[in-house]
Order: sequence, then structure tokens, then C-alpha cells
Amino acid sequence: MSTHTITTQKVNFKVFRFNADEDYLPYYENYDMDVTSEEVVLDILNRIKWDHDGSFSYRRSCRHGICGACAINVNGRATLACKESMNTMVEIFGNELVIEPLSKKRAVKDMIIDKKDFWEKHDAVKPYLISDIDEHPEHEHLVTPEEAEELNEADLCIQCGACHYACPVVEINDDFFGPAAFAKAYRFEADVRDDGEIKRLTAIHEEKQGVWDCVKCMECAEVCPKDVNPIEKITKLHNMLFQKGVATSNVATRHAVGFKHSIAKNGVLDEGGLVLYSEGIGIVKHVPVAFKMFTKGKIVPPWGITKSENLDEIQKLVKSSSTAKF
Amino acid sequence: MEKLRYALFTGCTAKQSTPEQMMSTMAVAEKLGIELIELTEASCCGASHLQDYDDFLSLVLNARNIAYAEKHELTMVTICNTCQLNTAMTKHRLDNDEKLKARVNEKLAEVGLEYKGTSLVTHFLYAIIDDIGLDKIAEMVETPLSQFNIAPFYGCHNIRPSELQNESHKSSENPYNPTSLDDLIIACGGMNVDYEEKNKCCGFHAELQAPKTAAILTGNAIAGAMDNNADWMVTPCPLCHLKLDTQTHHASEAIGREVSLPVLHMQQMLGLALGCPQESLGMKHHVTKVNFI
Repeated sequence: MSTHTITTQKVNFKVFRFNADEDYLPYYENYDMDVTSEEVVLDILNRIKWDHDGSFSYRRSCRHGICGACAINVNGRATLACKESMNTMVEIFGNELVIEPLSKKRAVKDMIIDKKDFWEKHDAVKPYLISDIDEHPEHEHLVTPEEAEELNEADLCIQCGACHYACPVVEINDDFFGPAAFAKAYRFEADVRDDGEIKRLTAIHEEKQGVWDCVKCMECAEVCPKDVNPIEKITKLHNMLFQKGVATSNVATRHAVGFKHSIAKNGVLDEGGLVLYSEGIGIVKHVPVAFKMFTKGKIVPPWGITKSENLDEIQKLVKSSSTAKF
Repeated sequence: MEKLRYALFTGCTAKQSTPEQMMSTMAVAEKLGIELIELTEASCCGASHLQDYDDFLSLVLNARNIAYAEKHELTMVTICNTCQLNTAMTKHRLDNDEKLKARVNEKLAEVGLEYKGTSLVTHFLYAIIDDIGLDKIAEMVETPLSQFNIAPFYGCHNIRPSELQNESHKSSENPYNPTSLDDLIIACGGMNVDYEEKNKCCGFHAELQAPKTAAILTGNAIAGAMDNNADWMVTPCPLCHLKLDTQTHHASEAIGREVSLPVLHMQQMLGLALGCPQESLGMKHHVTKVNFI
């Protein structure tokens, strides 16, 4: 048997309290506790309820990182409470921890939030297999290991909402589907048995709700307790939009494609040229800022750009390595 | 001590919209006794957008850039967070997937190059912390920035995803409680400002397609620094810099409140502290006036 020593440390918890039926504003309750190195965040929530205040409310169920019910925020970091050890929390944030729901503006009671928007967006990407199934098949529909591999980790999502409510775009833009819904869309798009692709892809191509509004902050990849890596799936969806001919010409698609043109021409980017290519006539709205930048020597005209050395290599590679068309 | 030598991947911004960043990088390198060999053959990294269109092309181009650093047998140093992420991501994917590496090398062979995976790729901020050390940097400070409250703005692509980022440097960084830039401020003699937005997104990459989202994120960042009594902000990322420095008008409009602070590149801050001549730091290239020197 290994000799494992359990250590104990004092931690101050500042806990978000709110009851939508009774309180006008939320408030914070302080609890000082001795925390052992064996405990996870969910143990602390349990102890608050069992030892301090029976009215303290939170969601929990499986206790094994499967049901996705117990995600909350610890010092602003979305955390699956049953999975995250208290040791890690103290290591990152020290001995003063703030316990809050995933989204304060959606709080119903303490840690419990209304996840309506999460589920609506989840539903919007048709999170199920769309296929004309032969009800009396003569043989199995075989999926090769390589094809199954394509789903990557997208299948592991437990709908805990950690990435969704940690996403800065979801916070600002009510229409944005968010990283969990995109990862789910990818899960079915990448499934060889699925025939729903165009409808699903058209929805995620739409402005405001679709993948193009992602700010690429990488928070969803960082925060996911199941390593689903939603941003990677978002990139793959971007690729699919081009591959399957769903991408239409708009400022975002032209922006992505514009990089290739700029690189083929100069090796380096022509920053002004890229904005012009992306915006077209819409460039006029950038004139006031561009003028200020120009007066400060921040704009290099196309003829002033120092091209990459050995540009012929870059041009050859752009020609031979391109895999996408638009 | 042997002179530090790095292969410098400037990225495109330092050569165009943030000339002050290029100037201050060179000035600070000289002060610190670092020799920078500029990778003039490098192409654009694709800025996290090219890969949305053509992932394989993006890999090939980034692998080519790294191959040039490998030719010099040097660590590749980046001065842009997004260059750092794209280059490090390419390295990570190729180093962990022999098949993909072979496919990329097949292309590179057409131009007589090979990606081996022998060069480390790291941001200048981490390179100096790892290879010179904060104590040594603090000793070299000639003009401590002790009268300033300085708000660090880390920039997403230097800290997330941490699993990838922490392969690029010895000093481990937690994206929920990052310390490198705070530590550098302290080494420069300044007072580091703690605020909620310091590890958040500036919105740069959605600027064209989602200008309102982008402007709100920029506004929130500057407002957070202002509300915690920052005199100015500092960032290791020229893209964050562009957003915070040139877009204050849109940001103010979007959040319904006037926000504006001078924003320095980390190299400019370090340059001030190390006593670099002010004209070598390019402060005249800022849109939001650097009003304290």
C-alpha cells in the first residue's frame, strides 16, 4: 500500500447567494473551512449545505464527471465541481476562493442557473443523426475505425455548459450558438452516417449565430473538463463550410481567403490590402481610424511592403499545398 | 555568459501597423545583450484565419518558417501572441503526428527544406524570463517605473490553451492567474494592477465580422484597467495593442462610456526601465497619446 499523506489547509470561501423569488440582489456569504487534499470542489458545496446552511442550492448527480450537472465558477474559472480537486484550486488561486454560478445573470437560486439558452442553441444545431434509415437493413452500416476517429473527442461532451458560459461572445451576443453547440454540430457533421449536413452547416454559417463570430480566445479549449477542445472543432467546421460549398462571400470568408492571396503575393501580409479585400465597399467605415493610424506612421502602402525573401518558395508552396477552393 | 542568440520571427504587424514594436524590440535586445537574427524569409503565419480556409496550407507555411529557424540552430522567438500560437500549434501537431509531418515535409522538400522539430518556439516575453531571469532584469533597470500603476494585458494567444503554451517555455503559466507580465512590471519597478480583464480577450480577431462584440471586449478591458487606477496598460501582443490603442472611439461608443489609456508594448515598458533612448521606443507611433513621458 502506498503511503499517502493527507494534508489540511485553511480556506476562506466567499459564496454567491441569491434566491430569485425573494432577493432583489445577490450577496456573498463567507465560510472558513479546513480543506483536505483529498477533497474536490463538490465536497465543499456539500459541506456548506450539510454543515452550515441547508438552504444552499446547487445541482449535482453522478459525482463522476459524467452527468455535467455540477459545473460552477471558482474565481471566475468554470469548473466541474466533482472533478476538480481543491488542491488544484488552492494552487492556482490561493486560500481565498470565490464560489459563483456559471452565469450570474442567469442565477435562479445560488449555484443553480437557468440553462434555457444553452439547450435552445444545442437544439438549433440538430444534435442528432439525420439519415434516411432503411428500417429493414440486410446488413450493418459499417463505420471504419478511421471514420470513427474523425469524431475526435467531440463525442465526449457532457453538456455541462462550462465552455458556453465562459465564452465571451455568448456573454455579449445572445444569438451566438457558442462552443458547446458548435462541438455538437461537428460531432454529427463528421459522422459518415449523417445526411443533414447542408441544413446544419447553413445554420452555423449565418452571421451573429454562426462560427464566424468566434473571437478565437481559446477559453473553450482551456475550460472544458472533458478535453473536447471546441475551438478545434470550430476550425474544422470553418473548413467544412468551404469544402462543402456552403460558405458564401461575406466579410468573414473573404477575410480568411484573403490571407492566402496576400501571402501568395508578398509572403507577408498586406494589412491594408487584406481589409480592403475583406470589406469591399465597406472599407469606408474604417477610414477615420485608418486616417489616424496613417498620421502616426502605422500604415504602409502596398508599394512600401517589404516582401519575404525567397518569395518564389512561398508561391510554389501556396500552389502545391492548397487544399481548399472558394 | 555566452551571448544569447535567437531567430526572430517578427510577424507582419511589427513591419507595418506597429513599427514602434519592431523598434523597441531591437532597442531592448541590444540593452539586454541579445543577438536577434531576423527570419527575413518567413511568411505570414495566417493569423489564425488562414487555417479556417486551408488548414494544410497554414501548416506548411508555418513549418517552413520554423525550418528557417532550425537552419540557424536557434530558438525561434516571436513578438506577437498570434504568431506564437500559430507557430507553436504547428510545431505541436507535427511533433506529435509522424504522418502529418511526413505530408508537410513532402511539400517542403519541393523547395529544398525540411521541418525537423529541433527549434523551440517561444514568445520574447518568456524567452527573456527563462534565459535572462527576472532578477537579472531587475538589476539592469536604470529608471525604475515606480511612479506608475501599470495594468498587464496578457492576450489570449500567449496563455491559452495552457497545455500547448507551457510546452514553449520553462516558466509555467496558469491562464486563470497568469504572472509573467505582472512579474516583469515589478522587475521594472512598477506597480502591477490587478483587474478582471487582464487575461481576457480584446476582440481583435472578430473585428471585421463582429465589430460590436469586438468593441465591447476592448471597452471592457480598458474600463477594467481604468477602474483599478491604472496609469497605463502593457501588452506582449501587437494585435491587442492595435485594438486597445487605435479603437478607443468604437470601444467607448459600444460600452457607453469614455475609455482611453496609453498602451505600451512590453518591449517599450522594458525599454523605458532599462534606460533606452526614448526615440528608440517609437512612442510617437501611438494613436492614444503616451502622455507620461
